[in-house]
Amino acid sequence: MLKIKTWIVAIGLSAVAVSSMAAEMTGAGASFPYPVYVKWAEAYKAKTGHSLNYQSIGSSGGIKQIKAKTVDFGATDAPLTGEELEKDGMVQFPAVIGGVVAVVNIDGIKPGQIRLTGEVLADLFSGAIAKWNDKRVTDLNPGVALPDAAITVVHRADGSGTTAVFTSYLTKVNANWKSTVGEGAAVKWPAASSVGGKGNEGVSANVTRIKNSIGYVEYAYAKKNNMAHVNLRNLAGQYVAPDDETFAAASASTDWSKVPGMGIYLTNAPGAKSWPITGASFILMYKQPTNKENAAEVIKFFDYAFKEGKKMATDLEYVPMPDATTDYIRKNVWNNVSVK
Amino acid sequence: MNDVDNMMTPHRQSVLRWQRWQDFFFEKTTMVFALTTLVALTGIIVSLFISSWPVLHTFGFEFFYTIEWDIVNSKFGGLIAIFGTVATATIAILIALPLSFGIAVFLTETCPMALRRPLGTAIELLAAVPSIIYGMFGLFIFAPLFAEYVQPALAGTFGQVPGLSILFTGAFNGIGILAAGLILAMMILPFIASVMRDVFEIVPPILKESAYGIGCTTWEVVTKIVLPYTKTGVVGGVMLGLGRALGETMAVTFVIGNAHKLSPSLFSPGNSIASTLANEFGEAEPGLHYAALFSLGLALFLITLIVLSLAKWMLIRAEAKKGMKS
Amino acid sequence: MTGFSNMDPAIYARRKRANFIGLVLSMSAMIIGLAFLLWILAILMIKGFSALSFSMFTQSTPAPGSEGGGLANAIVGSLMIVLSCTLFSTPIGVLAGVYLSEYGDRSRFAAITRFVNDIMLSAPSIVIGLFVYSLVVVSTKHFSGWAGAVALSLIAIPVIVRTTENMLKLVPISLREATFALGAPKWKVSITVVLRAAKSGVMTGLLLALARVSGETAPLLFTALNNQFFSADMNKPIANLPVVIFQFAMSPYENWVDLAWGGALLITLTVLALNIVARVAFREKVSA
Repeated sequence: MLKIKTWIVAIGLSAVAVSSMAAEMTGAGASFPYPVYVKWAEAYKAKTGHSLNYQSIGSSGGIKQIKAKTVDFGATDAPLTGEELEKDGMVQFPAVIGGVVAVVNIDGIKPGQIRLTGEVLADLFSGAIAKWNDKRVTDLNPGVALPDAAITVVHRADGSGTTAVFTSYLTKVNANWKSTVGEGAAVKWPAASSVGGKGNEGVSANVTRIKNSIGYVEYAYAKKNNMAHVNLRNLAGQYVAPDDETFAAASASTDWSKVPGMGIYLTNAPGAKSWPITGASFILMYKQPTNKENAAEVIKFFDYAFKEGKKMATDLEYVPMPDATTDYIRKNVWNNVSVK
Repeated sequence: MNDVDNMMTPHRQSVLRWQRWQDFFFEKTTMVFALTTLVALTGIIVSLFISSWPVLHTFGFEFFYTIEWDIVNSKFGGLIAIFGTVATATIAILIALPLSFGIAVFLTETCPMALRRPLGTAIELLAAVPSIIYGMFGLFIFAPLFAEYVQPALAGTFGQVPGLSILFTGAFNGIGILAAGLILAMMILPFIASVMRDVFEIVPPILKESAYGIGCTTWEVVTKIVLPYTKTGVVGGVMLGLGRALGETMAVTFVIGNAHKLSPSLFSPGNSIASTLANEFGEAEPGLHYAALFSLGLALFLITLIVLSLAKWMLIRAEAKKGMKS
Repeated sequence: MTGFSNMDPAIYARRKRANFIGLVLSMSAMIIGLAFLLWILAILMIKGFSALSFSMFTQSTPAPGSEGGGLANAIVGSLMIVLSCTLFSTPIGVLAGVYLSEYGDRSRFAAITRFVNDIMLSAPSIVIGLFVYSLVVVSTKHFSGWAGAVALSLIAIPVIVRTTENMLKLVPISLREATFALGAPKWKVSITVVLRAAKSGVMTGLLLALARVSGETAPLLFTALNNQFFSADMNKPIANLPVVIFQFAMSPYENWVDLAWGGALLITLTVLALNIVARVAFREKVSA
């Protein structure tokens, strides 16, 4: 009996002692920006001592958790419309820009060695093209040895903004895809041999493990794991490779204030150097948050990220929001969040 | 006689009354605690039902046999997940059953006495290994080997047989319904083996000795004496293993492929109820998706409830028989 | 003696052959089964040991792409959740077991409770996680270590109830009768004499429940969630080994996968150690 009492007291004391003055904010959602958010959080904690606990559970998860008010902010690459934001009393702003790439696992194929058009890419994912040595693929890649093997499609098993961005692109470039599959955070993947992975992490892991597979991930994941990405032909007819410059080119001409809620898809952007599957990742917060102190901290965190986190973002091949846009966000979005 | 009357002093009477009250209080308190599992079970069924009501109301009973999982257009059907759960569990039992039977026979009949205790304990300890280990083993070690050697072999042999070929079509990626079933089999193997061994050991030695006495071989004793005697216990143990396989999350989610597809091929990726919940629950917004997931949870709970009740009933009957025969 | 000449050698040979085949098959089943299971354990040992290091216990989980890191926050979080689970489930489970053993001989209610308890023993743990999510997380509006502890308790309580009841029933009835004869009220008999006599058996049950609960992942997925920083605050999402392993194993980062193996080894060793301790303690009790 006495032992149990000492246990209770010890645990209680330790809990009180450790929950110190430092704020702890929670955010959840998209795995697309996860690497850069966590990098920013590490640096922010080192500087201010406040920690941001970000859980990568997919964009749909982020939307759900912020609607359930179990987190301080939600993160999604599939933005909400102005009406949805009004209805729930939320604000939305883009935090970082990145690119989605198709990755393959074929013996002997290196990053950027394969090039495809958007139309062929969509047919690969729909299963219309079933083997790697199909004529349409080899025509685009003369001289590259492609095996006579069945293709396994790897997609997201959870509701994903990365999927939304990727399928928004496929819908724009392939009429068949548009009519049969469409776009969204979760679609019905038609290919016979298709496998789901959880988060960008799961898709990367599956593609790395399964031979002759193709999947789609945010570029930071492909680069970090030395995966063979595919170069694509953009709207201007040029074949481009993914990196922060081509992502920046795609987002350069965007007028963020055009759409209420700033929810703009950057896919299939015009421009000779634009990467066709570029997307922004958005943050959702309440105008009247339940925890005002944490909300204030979240805004301070993103302010820090916008000012000091630019190099960290480009190191990971993301594109930080341009200064003009961040000023707009400070003046028109953050002032709507009541933190007093 | 007077001494006895004098023993019941007012002081003692009040002590007795106080003690009776203490006992009453104690019995009712412990009874309340005993109610927890009942309350929990009812609570689970009720909350599952309430949360899945929107889907049951919209789609009705059809939900459970419709092949559909369209999150975007809010059309849901549970058959894909239910099929995945039942198929993987069935494969697991088909493989684990003969193997556990062999292990139990070995441990009770032919194993040298010195090895019986350690091997038996080893099997029981293996039953305690957390299931996430099996999932990791499946994903990292088993799947590549499966894709490299077993799947081509199966497609090359059984896949050539006209009736069976449809079972073995598809890309060789090492994951899917068959892979998940095999990993599950490994997971429930020690569990069923130790239950069977326990049940085999209950057989009264006199029955076996009589059989040996008239010249039966060991195998005949096992198949004609031990097995019929322990029939209900064995079936009960198998159903317990089945219940575990049906509800398993981690071992399956790693290797089942997470694809909402229903395909006759064993190589194709699929989904089980548990893996669907693990993958999608974090993000389903209150609405039809959320309710559909809870409906799947309800289906799983009801299926396991039925299987476990049957198992429990059979094991109770087996124990009763043990009492009767000896 | 005369019977032997009537023996048909063909039938006898057939029976002998069937016996031989059957026993060889059963031995091979044992070998196959053991081989697979030993293979799994061997892989776990090899991959896990290479990840074991001092930093695994001192550093927190690394960010994706960062080098190094450890599992300190996950280990601490798991310890706290499991400890809280023990605090909740021990009194409830033991007292429920006492009721079933001391008062539940003939009542219908006790029979039903036993039945339901055994069903809850094998209930799918992910469904229990769902239930606790809708009960605790939604109403308190945040994930928390407490919700995780509640979910694990719902899994541990049936185990404790069952083992406690079985252990208490093993105590000879003469002990109870002797205590009654001394004039003790029933509650004193149950607690100070019977429970104390079955003490080591009940502890065994607690250890087995602990072992069972330490390896559970599914119920923590939607209750305790996860936390990449070091936190000992049970009121918020808290890191824990099983969910961290789940997340890290399915990822493409090498250091994450290594840590996942290390964590898996830790959990397995803990579970096995608890089981072995429980066995040794129980065996002492029986022989004494």
